[in-house]
Amino acid sequence: MIRTPLRPLARIIKARQTGANPDAIEAENKRERHAQMADRARRRAEGRLLVLGVCFLLAYGVIGIRMGTIAASVPEEPRTADVGNPIISQRADILDRDGRILATNFETHSLYAQPPQMVDPRAAADGLAAIFPEMDAEELFADFTGGRKFLWLRRQISPEQMQAVFDIGDPGLLFGPREMRLYPNGRVAAHVLGGAGYGREGVNSAEVIGVAGVERAFDDYLRDPANDGAPLQLSLDLTVQAAVERVLEGGMSLLNARAASAVLMDVHTGEVISMASLPDFDPNSRPRPLLEGDPADSPIFNRAVQGVYELGSVFKIFTVAQAIENGLVSADTIIDTTTPMRWGPHRISDYRNYGPELSVTDVVVKSSNTGTARIALQIGADAQQDFLARLGLMEPTRIELAEAPTGRPLVQKNWSDIVTMTTSYGHGLSSSPLHLAAAYATIVNGGTRVEPTILRRNSAQIGPRIISPETSAIAREMLRQVVVRGTATFAEVEGYAVGGKTGTADKPKPTGGYYEDRNLNTFAAVFPADQPRYVLITTLDSPVDTAGEEPRRTAGWTAVPVAGEIIRRVAPLLGLRPQIAQPALTGVSLTAN
Amino acid sequence: MTEMVYGAGLAHVNDPVLPRWWRTIDRWTLICIFLLVAIGLLLGFAASPPLATRNGLEPFHYVLRQGFFAGLAMVVMIITSMMSPLLVRRLAVVGFVCAFAALAMLPVFGTDFGKGAVRWYSLGFAAVQPSEFLKPLFIVAAAWFMAASYEIGGPPGRLYSFLLAVLIVVLLAFQPDFGQAALVLFSWSVMYFVAGAPMFLLLGLGGLVVLAGGLAYQNSEHFARRIDGFLNPEIDPTTQLGYATNAIREGGFFGVGLGEGQVKWSLPDAHTDFIIAVAAEEYGLVCVLAIILLYTVVVVRSILRLMRERDPFVRLAGTGLACGFGVQAMINMGVAVRLLPAKGMTLPFVSYGGSSLIAGGIALGMLLAFTRSRPQGEIADAFGMGRGRP
Repeated sequence: MIRTPLRPLARIIKARQTGANPDAIEAENKRERHAQMADRARRRAEGRLLVLGVCFLLAYGVIGIRMGTIAASVPEEPRTADVGNPIISQRADILDRDGRILATNFETHSLYAQPPQMVDPRAAADGLAAIFPEMDAEELFADFTGGRKFLWLRRQISPEQMQAVFDIGDPGLLFGPREMRLYPNGRVAAHVLGGAGYGREGVNSAEVIGVAGVERAFDDYLRDPANDGAPLQLSLDLTVQAAVERVLEGGMSLLNARAASAVLMDVHTGEVISMASLPDFDPNSRPRPLLEGDPADSPIFNRAVQGVYELGSVFKIFTVAQAIENGLVSADTIIDTTTPMRWGPHRISDYRNYGPELSVTDVVVKSSNTGTARIALQIGADAQQDFLARLGLMEPTRIELAEAPTGRPLVQKNWSDIVTMTTSYGHGLSSSPLHLAAAYATIVNGGTRVEPTILRRNSAQIGPRIISPETSAIAREMLRQVVVRGTATFAEVEGYAVGGKTGTADKPKPTGGYYEDRNLNTFAAVFPADQPRYVLITTLDSPVDTAGEEPRRTAGWTAVPVAGEIIRRVAPLLGLRPQIAQPALTGVSLTAN
Repeated sequence: MTEMVYGAGLAHVNDPVLPRWWRTIDRWTLICIFLLVAIGLLLGFAASPPLATRNGLEPFHYVLRQGFFAGLAMVVMIITSMMSPLLVRRLAVVGFVCAFAALAMLPVFGTDFGKGAVRWYSLGFAAVQPSEFLKPLFIVAAAWFMAASYEIGGPPGRLYSFLLAVLIVVLLAFQPDFGQAALVLFSWSVMYFVAGAPMFLLLGLGGLVVLAGGLAYQNSEHFARRIDGFLNPEIDPTTQLGYATNAIREGGFFGVGLGEGQVKWSLPDAHTDFIIAVAAEEYGLVCVLAIILLYTVVVVRSILRLMRERDPFVRLAGTGLACGFGVQAMINMGVAVRLLPAKGMTLPFVSYGGSSLIAGGIALGMLLAFTRSRPQGEIADAFGMGRGRP
């Protein structure tokens, strides 16, 4: 590299001396150098490419030879390969709050054969073919009498089949234990339980691991040998859960809804007594997740926990409770409800015109958007956000299900005045039905924060105080009035003093904007309203009541009657006594004598 | 008369496109690729009905999709192979920028389909995996950079291409998709090797890989378990590898027969990562050896043709594409026969997958465009005019 440039330079100097233009020579030198470089690089590349080609040839050759040796080898009896990492297959049971079994284990077996140990291959082959119709006796006989030392027959057989094979009595037919997770109640509480599948598998055992729901969330606990098989007790009540699912399913098909969910929660302990999401599935054969499309269309999607929706007017009670708590209004304050209400380019209007003014109680009872929006303006954006956050509506619930972190509420980034107003009646903030259940429990239980839980608890949660007991009592009375004379009269269940609030939210289109004819209807119920014990959130996706002259899509006609029926069915199961008013003693005069 | 006075009219210097394409294309490679695609469809008939039944679709749903995408991929490949290397380079660099942007935007707009890694864009009817497209386009862009460093006073292209490769590897590792990241890194290393990497650097790099592997083994339980499983001489018959080994064994030399295979019912990835096991079981060793032979012909022929190539860009890009293709097939089959530790990787053109088929079509189309016969200046060499050739 040092020698070559010198000579060209000499030529240039000579050219300069003779007065010729050196540029051409310089260019030629450069081209020469470039060509030499390219040639060197090419020769080196040629060699290296040859090396690469030979490497590939060798590698493919080795793979081919290896394929050949495997194909030519004879199957051996498999031996367990779990060296130093034994598989623990004992998985604890899952019980409901009264100790009824929700998930347990079931011993099945795999079946394999060792032909050298067989006494009578002919009888064994015929016997097997009689038990398993899809097996062919001649093929089996050929396998048993050939040179093979081992072959798998079935990976999983039922106890009846096992007994039948056992009765053949051939020592060459052997069983390997295999534990199986069983959900004896089928579809009941499918979303809470989730499901389990096989992890690492060996010949003598297979690891059962949870794939969703509590099975996944408590996987470590359920598998931990240190717990010595102590069962996991959930807060669910199996009978209530079954009743809720049954009524909900009936309501869903009567009202032509696409989907439905229900959450029943104890207002003091935060225990989820029942949680249902329809359509559902059988955890014994859990469907695979959808590979394409919206995961929310899959039956394994838990709407009560994972589905975040704009829930609509059920939020009004939060706005009103906060305004009362802050001393801005009282239950009787008169609020301007002229409709439509204009705010810049936006228009807020009511479902129908309720007159120019209503009391705060009637704003809730009649469900006036404009009234709530005006109250929200008095509260202000920051205070409203803070209050909703303290109710737990701004972050995922901490319920002990694997899906809980995915139920993250959708919050507007830029919280302007119009967002404050729409959020006051439940548009602009998306949350799950479980969020709503916890927030309602907090409002009605006397005002202390409740976190939802799926585990059985024995005592009330004493969370931070959100509103005062007095405000809580006023809110309960308003909710009761909604059922007595407002939008939820179908929820009146004699003796249980149901209170609640309806919500008919337009469903947002995936492309932006809202559907005209698809609603998400919610009814948030609390019962008994005077001494609250439970909240029940019922949602129906796009229901329509076609019984009347024109299709009715509001919550009052759809979610409310379904919720009423659920309460009618489950309240006795929950051990609540109906409060029956003493009938007046007619016809008997109590005069002396 | 006019011609006599003014000379002949302009004659076409180039003959028509199609005959020239047919004369200069590497026909053996082309035929091998068609055969691979045909085998892929044939195996799809065997491997995908179980999956379709599990997902509640009609049995041949995936075969039809595969057929559609295979047809599309072949058209894309042939069109690409008709382009000149210059046009290929220009389009590929533009495409590379787009694919890179798509990869970088994945965390924002991508979906994970519940599989834990955000690798796809959902288009409704199909899912697109940008990293599949990025890989071949990156190879071409990197070859362009490297070739530029052959020029006197050219940019430090090798360094630039290395930085680009590292950036892509980091993005892929965050998804996480270590398989694609390893392929990108491998393709770059092969190109760098052919571009004249210093020997001591190569040895150092090899040492570094061993060191990194050792560290990963120490610190990652997941990784350690895979290596232990690989090193353990016993095969657990109920793992994926056990099923695959069993399938090859059951198949023997001529297979158990059409539709008789069992492995496709037990292996969840029978139609993608373990398609070779399905082939071995149903069609036997003969079919597997045929597949291996087809890959060998494609890779080795391309490399031999590239040895004659004098344009550094074409040589490097072709090398990267051929080796990336070859090594992917090698890893897939090596895993099935336990020569390599378990790593999910598709078998190019044979496994099911729309993105990978079309991206494979683009990659092989570019490779075919690069390996077409072109005047290489041998005649100028023969006349001693090689030096100073522009």
